[in-house]
Amino acid sequence: MSQATVVAEAPADELDLGPELADAVEGAWAEDTEKTYVIAPDRILDVLRHLRDVQGYDFLSNLTCVDYKGYGGKLRADVDARLEIVYNLYNTRRGGGSIGLHVRVPEDETVPSATSLYAGANLQEREVYDLFGVKFEGHPNLRRILLWDGFNGHPMRKDWQEAYFEEDVKPFRSRHPKGEYAFHEDKIPWAKNTTYPAGWDPDSWQEPVAYVPVSQAPHHENEPHLDTESIVVNLGPHHPSTHGVFRMLTRVEGETILALEPEMGYLHRNHEKIGERNTWLMNMPFTDRLDYLNSMSNNWSYALAVEKLAGIEVPERAEYLRVIMAEFTRIVNHTWSIGFILNDLGALQTPALYAIEEREMILDLFEAVSGARMMCNYMRFGGVVRDLPEGWHEQAAYLANERLPRALDELDTLLTENEILKARGRGVGYLPVEDLIALSVSGPMIRAGGLAYDIRKAEPYGIYDRFDFDVPTLPNSDIYDRYYIRLLEAMESVRILQQALRDIPEGETLGGRGGYTLRAPEGEVYSRIEAPKGELGFYLASDGKVAPWRYHVRSPSYINLNALGPMSIGYKVADAIVILGAIDIVLGEVDR
Amino acid sequence: MASLPPDFQQLKQDQLTPFLHDEIAVPDELQANVLITTVDKIYNWSRRSSMWPLLFGLACCAIEMIATAASRYDLARFGMEVMRPSPRQSDLMIVSGTVTKKMVPAIVRIYNQMAEPRYVLSMGACATGGGPFKEGYNVVSGIDKYIPVDVYVPGCPPTPEALIYGLLKMHEKVDRQSVTSVPWYRKDTSQFVPVPRLGPDVFDPRQVDLIKDTTLKAAAATTAAAANGASAGATEHARGPAQLSDKAIARMEEAKRRWREKKGLPE
Amino acid sequence: MFGTGLLKGLGVTLKHALDTFDDDRESVPDRYRGSLDLGNNRRVIKQPIDQEGLLTIQYPEEKRLLPERFRYIPMLIWDSEKDEDRCTACGICAKVCPPQCIWIVRDSDEDGKPLTRASEFYIDAAVCMSCSFCVEFCPFDAIKMNHDYELAVYDRYPQLVYDMAELTVPLEYYAALWPTQFEEEETRRREEEEKKRRQEEEKAARLAAKQAEAAEKPADAPAAPKRSAAELQQLARERAAQRQAQAADGGSSEDDAAAAKKTRMEELKRKAQERARQRKLESGE
Repeated sequence: MSQATVVAEAPADELDLGPELADAVEGAWAEDTEKTYVIAPDRILDVLRHLRDVQGYDFLSNLTCVDYKGYGGKLRADVDARLEIVYNLYNTRRGGGSIGLHVRVPEDETVPSATSLYAGANLQEREVYDLFGVKFEGHPNLRRILLWDGFNGHPMRKDWQEAYFEEDVKPFRSRHPKGEYAFHEDKIPWAKNTTYPAGWDPDSWQEPVAYVPVSQAPHHENEPHLDTESIVVNLGPHHPSTHGVFRMLTRVEGETILALEPEMGYLHRNHEKIGERNTWLMNMPFTDRLDYLNSMSNNWSYALAVEKLAGIEVPERAEYLRVIMAEFTRIVNHTWSIGFILNDLGALQTPALYAIEEREMILDLFEAVSGARMMCNYMRFGGVVRDLPEGWHEQAAYLANERLPRALDELDTLLTENEILKARGRGVGYLPVEDLIALSVSGPMIRAGGLAYDIRKAEPYGIYDRFDFDVPTLPNSDIYDRYYIRLLEAMESVRILQQALRDIPEGETLGGRGGYTLRAPEGEVYSRIEAPKGELGFYLASDGKVAPWRYHVRSPSYINLNALGPMSIGYKVADAIVILGAIDIVLGEVDR
Repeated sequence: MASLPPDFQQLKQDQLTPFLHDEIAVPDELQANVLITTVDKIYNWSRRSSMWPLLFGLACCAIEMIATAASRYDLARFGMEVMRPSPRQSDLMIVSGTVTKKMVPAIVRIYNQMAEPRYVLSMGACATGGGPFKEGYNVVSGIDKYIPVDVYVPGCPPTPEALIYGLLKMHEKVDRQSVTSVPWYRKDTSQFVPVPRLGPDVFDPRQVDLIKDTTLKAAAATTAAAANGASAGATEHARGPAQLSDKAIARMEEAKRRWREKKGLPE
Repeated sequence: MFGTGLLKGLGVTLKHALDTFDDDRESVPDRYRGSLDLGNNRRVIKQPIDQEGLLTIQYPEEKRLLPERFRYIPMLIWDSEKDEDRCTACGICAKVCPPQCIWIVRDSDEDGKPLTRASEFYIDAAVCMSCSFCVEFCPFDAIKMNHDYELAVYDRYPQLVYDMAELTVPLEYYAALWPTQFEEEETRRREEEEKKRRQEEEKAARLAAKQAEAAEKPADAPAAPKRSAAELQQLARERAAQRQAQAADGGSSEDDAAAAKKTRMEELKRKAQERARQRKLESGE
């Protein structure tokens, strides 16, 4: 069943590009942390092609941009180029760490688009274009994605300031000891968080023409009377089945989808801009609000990235606690997701209510340990913030050993053999696993396609190498498998929980340093975990100050949406709803 | 609604303040009318006992809203389990989560589509005042900047109990309305909120003159500075005009005065 | 056979319904096992973990038993024993606050010299993200998380900007909300005080020895006159008296404020007693 042999291996130490491409490498970036190479902009496609085809780096995990204007670090003192594009590539067959590439953006702010090699670069390049203004030559649909056409400027550039801008780095001086209390609103004539360029006249403003996906309705050779005109149907952003404020622009012929374009940004909360103003620790509660169903794994991913950057050790007990919390979170997410896939299929309420019952039990545990049901803010650099309260371990053990297996079995009996679920799910939303890899899809989606790629095995973090668990895979890559793989994964999580709760040692829970005065050393890091929805990565760059220079979230929900369009074409509108539900997105993480 | 113990009703009476719709005075000859008060009671009881919320989730708070509607807290006890996806059929909009600039035209449009009487509950810090994301460039710092809000529930996110408490406050508010004074049976009292538009930044049609005034003045100032040979700052363009308008200064003075008044400080 | 999956599913839901009904029925007459009567017909529900389903909490008649670590909006601690605010206006909470929702004004005396207490303290509840960093990093245990979530209001401005009077709670209230942590802190504080006292005693003994030594020698170069501890205490007493006199002269508005605060504190103490009772009942179960 499984196509991959999953063994963790270190990546190639040197970028072995061969003689033809030797001149493409301009140098290395930040030797101290992870090794990344600077590639000449006109050779980047050749290098990517070589890495993909010869060396097997078939998964473009992360593509982002860094603006170095005003950079205070020493490593880059002699470089003039302001913007750099960052690529992180992985090998899904062999596992192991990443290859990091940098491309310095030339003066005309145009670099070649990687979409011809990695279809998954699509949304990520659009995001970079939107927020940084870098143009990608050869991108099929380079439009703004998180903001709207006509927005003034590119907000992630360091010299772009918002209306409520106060200072470059928190804490703001106005808070203490003078406490010049004033609403930001009172400083702005129109009392809103908006800015307009000088000389702009709102009376004569015309909104740009709205984008619609273009596709030709099929032409029937022999029966021209069957030819129809296709129409554009808009779903969202307020729609009960889009799981939040998500919008799909579809072009349909009859009920069949000819083209589907996701349209996001309705929950773009500027995590990254705010994150660059926050100190390192302040970002921790903000990560809770990324994927708000899984705050614990978001915490962990961010803490891991900073620990990697600053070299912070984690005590043994804290490692176990992190695994326990992350696996409980995975169960919460997967049961919730199963409930709402069924909701999208028309099984209103019952499966979702059953899922929420178990979620509430786990949320009670989270609340007892961290103080909040959803926004746990439990992990710190070097451990977790508090030890378990009295009686917690017994409750968790009862849950993991008795109640959760029972509840998952109940869900299994309730749903898996259900004829309606099979009829609606089998063969719908099919996409071969090769396409999924090219589209940078990760998590349960890719395992439902038959590839046993799980970061917990492929590049173990924390203490996952100590537990005995399987990576379930299913062969069909359709909605039914995407439902069932989540159930199987939740059962594996229960197994991990049982082992972790059995083996957890006594001891410290928080390592020595890593408080609010943390200054991470200069450098950059890309670190990822297997979050319930897929690969959740944090790309962090530091110039040695109190705040991150660049704080980028590689969110699984966002990048998995690359597959939504290709997956939906040819199916009915009603299926598209379920296909979206089976991708399992959370808008807080999609739009960030 | 289940009957509340009397002390619960009294617990937070002091927080009650005059609310928006009460501004219309009840005619004197109707005030002591027994028939009207009885009708009011029935009218309000029936409205608050089946207040249908709009099935409308924005962000994190929406998850707590779903948890509130689920079996543990069971909104059906308040006749609210029928969450309507269509604004035409719903009475209450729970703005549950961060309102972004890209989303706010849609929200105002949905609000306009709701039939009177309509109520808005702002759930969580974000919808109330922008929350932790207040400073963000795509975040609206409070939905009350665009549409009137009846009840604010603080918390990040509010627990289901906190949301239910907010809904109970909403019921109290409904209970205080009178059929003779509610605006939706009168001419020209109920108005549509103009839908905000997306320009270089989102703008409210009600503020066009103010914005125009300020931007044109800033452009003139920049030209003058260029003529004088001074280099105009790049940030001035990005953040909008540096010089505040007279109206804005007056607003700030007013805000300061209110603060001093609240703290009991001398002028 | 087609339809067996559907029938099986229906069987599961029927079984679930019967099981959870049975759970509820078992709990009669108390209605719910593990529930505590709080008086006023308000009960506190603790979800028993070994049940089939989930108990419905009929808020507002019933409340869920909140865990000790529950956090909502911060509160400031009024040390009832010493009759003063614990906050020293050091500003650490304002500095670590991720959304920067805390504003502090440090108090100063007539000469403009800063004092170690806050004259104003605001938290904007419409910005606060309940992350509890302020609590975590406060070196004086002066700011803690409140469990009160019944905060909905009709007006955001200024009701959701809590000022010092609204934020302050007596120590007993905190002790009832956070019993375990309060106990830990008290133990630590007692130990520290003990240590400090011992150190001071030693210091005093050393000083006395030194003075005795110095007295033997003729003072050739008198050091700058330093105030002794007794003198400093005397000064502090005088200042306190001055402040009280000022407060007394302050007119009726100040009196009203003081009275309001007193009522509020009494109200909160009553709540705290209620809470302590509830905890006691729970531990008794």
